Amino acid sequence: MKSGSNLEKVLAAGHFSVTAECGPPRGADPEVVRKKAAYVKGNVDACNVTDNQTSVVRMSSLAGCLLIKEEGIEPLIQMVVRDRNRIALQSDLLGASAMGVRNILCLSGDHQKFGDDPQAKNVFDIDSMQFIHLVKSMRDEGTFPSGKKLDGAPKFFIGCAVNPFADPFEIRVPRLKLKVEAGADFVQTQCIYNMKKFKEYLELAKKQGLHEKVKILAGVTPLKSAGMAKFMKKMVAGMDIPDEVINRIAAEPKEKQAEKGIEMCIELIQELKEMEGIAGVHVMAIEWEEKLHEIIGGAGLLPRPVVE
Amino acid sequence: MLPCTGRIDESLLLKAFENGADGVMVVGCLEGDCHYVSGNIRARARVKRVYEILDKIKIGPDRIRMFNLSAGEGSKFAAYANEFVGKIRELGPSPINLARGGQVHAASQKETT
Amino acid sequence: MITGTPKPIEEILEMLEPYDNIILAGCHGCVTVCRVGGEKEVQVLASTLRLAREAAGRKIAITEISLERQCDPEYVEKLRPYVSDHQAVLSIACGAGIQFLAEKYAITPVLPGINTGFLGVTERQGEWAERCQGCGDCVLHLTGGICPVTRCAKSLFHGPCGGSSQGICEVGKDVKCGWQLIIDRLKALNQLENYGKLKPYKGWHTSRDGGPRRILREDMI
Ligand code: SF4
Ligand code: SF4
Repeated sequence: MKSGSNLEKVLAAGHFSVTAECGPPRGADPEVVRKKAAYVKGNVDACNVTDNQTSVVRMSSLAGCLLIKEEGIEPLIQMVVRDRNRIALQSDLLGASAMGVRNILCLSGDHQKFGDDPQAKNVFDIDSMQFIHLVKSMRDEGTFPSGKKLDGAPKFFIGCAVNPFADPFEIRVPRLKLKVEAGADFVQTQCIYNMKKFKEYLELAKKQGLHEKVKILAGVTPLKSAGMAKFMKKMVAGMDIPDEVINRIAAEPKEKQAEKGIEMCIELIQELKEMEGIAGVHVMAIEWEEKLHEIIGGAGLLPRPVVE
Repeated sequence: MLPCTGRIDESLLLKAFENGADGVMVVGCLEGDCHYVSGNIRARARVKRVYEILDKIKIGPDRIRMFNLSAGEGSKFAAYANEFVGKIRELGPSPINLARGGQVHAASQKETT
Repeated sequence: MITGTPKPIEEILEMLEPYDNIILAGCHGCVTVCRVGGEKEVQVLASTLRLAREAAGRKIAITEISLERQCDPEYVEKLRPYVSDHQAVLSIACGAGIQFLAEKYAITPVLPGINTGFLGVTERQGEWAERCQGCGDCVLHLTGGICPVTRCAKSLFHGPCGGSSQGICEVGKDVKCGWQLIIDRLKALNQLENYGKLKPYKGWHTSRDGGPRRILREDMI
């Protein structure tokens, strides 16, 4: 075991794994996190805690991780290189590991332009690819990038994100390969709505044998309404929602759209479950954590396995 | 008189105001008819820039204007000139001339074509 | 070249509030090419300032001078005979030129008349775009001649990120994704294999992050 995290164990035992995400609050109130944690608990193998997502300032990811850990959920810390140079990254890695966080997702981070502080200075000292490499070398070699020895190596199951729907398509699999070579143990994908394109991507990845080297967790987000679908398609860079998907939910009367969105999400998970090369799902129920049980249970993925 | 309004630049136009002009009328050939291809188009852009400067420094943007005429349109020229002079008279002396103590050259113009 | 944009006239007028007699110094270098600090711009700005001040009831005397370059000591020297007769110098050269005047004429205030921008190119008349951030360790040979530090909004060394969509960067509709450009160019050059290698962490010490930089060429001193 590289990290001994629950997520790593579940995957190693060959189970189809489930992760979800939990966005920390825009304030210092820990109750918000605890409330979300109650919806997550029992439904996942690990739960991501986002790191100032879309550059909107929120409670720190590490604090969020510790709060959900207290509630008995295995945390997965997200860390972006937008806000930290390599000094801060190393230090936060050591701190997170010391507090028992065993899973990490290494990210670039959205540009600060999207958030509350578009005038902020960004960092981008190293990029997400190099960050993966940094975590791996600290974990496996027990050294700082400077070569000096660590007083206790951090233990992480290392993840990265991929967006199969961003451009140019032809570079997406080579980029995944690079992330695997840099040291990624698992990947979580951007939300999948365009199944056709995703299958194309997966086929290319499988041709390179990448599904055997890295655990691929397919990302899904239930749509709350046709309006939300249209908004995401238009406003979120690299989000690919085909018209058929939008039409399907738009065909329902307004008050039934949420229900339909959940039904479609469950169908999608069931399809993904049967696909070779998919090791699990990552359910991003954005500000809709209360539906996690229904979705994950509906897809036949409950109860979650206990692996010793 | 200049051979082409394309020779006019912003500093020349501003100088006219420094020299006491209350208004500046720039008369160029019809657009598309420039002997030097695009002299009058360039002049238009420069006049626009000076218009913006005059606005910002509170001299008043309406004290500059560009007209396009062909050489054969004498009566039109006279009509434009009268109209512009009338407008400048309405505006009164420029703040510069007021500051210089009222030696008003009402509607003194610098003809540039 | 080094590019820049004029400072708003209101801001310059405010800076000049304490003075009645100044030098307005232009530069024949980069700022002339990008039309923000050359001889012509000196004339226009001087007239504008004189008009504004006179209209406001307080004249200002402006001596207009353009130097060959404000970033070379021998040209900067040419200003010396005038400086002591004036209360301040307003420079419309780049930030380097402005500072060089300030350090050569230590007891005369030197004020910036432009906002210095970036190292860029003229894409067409009236449009300039950034190309280099002077990182001190050029990698253009690995990236198809397109700079990842400058042209990628996140200075990624292994782009494009998930925000790249149809050639456009996530930061804005009129920003091209630098990494799309790099990939396209690598393909055209038949060098896509350059993409597949993990690049070492960039040493930013050769950039601004190492502190103010200096180039010392013993062979030339
Ligand atoms: S790699 Fe560095 S030196 Fe080369 S173009 Fe980019 S910023 Fe300039
Ligand atoms: S979209 Fe392209 S240019 Fe913009 S940050 Fe991502 S990789 Fe860089």
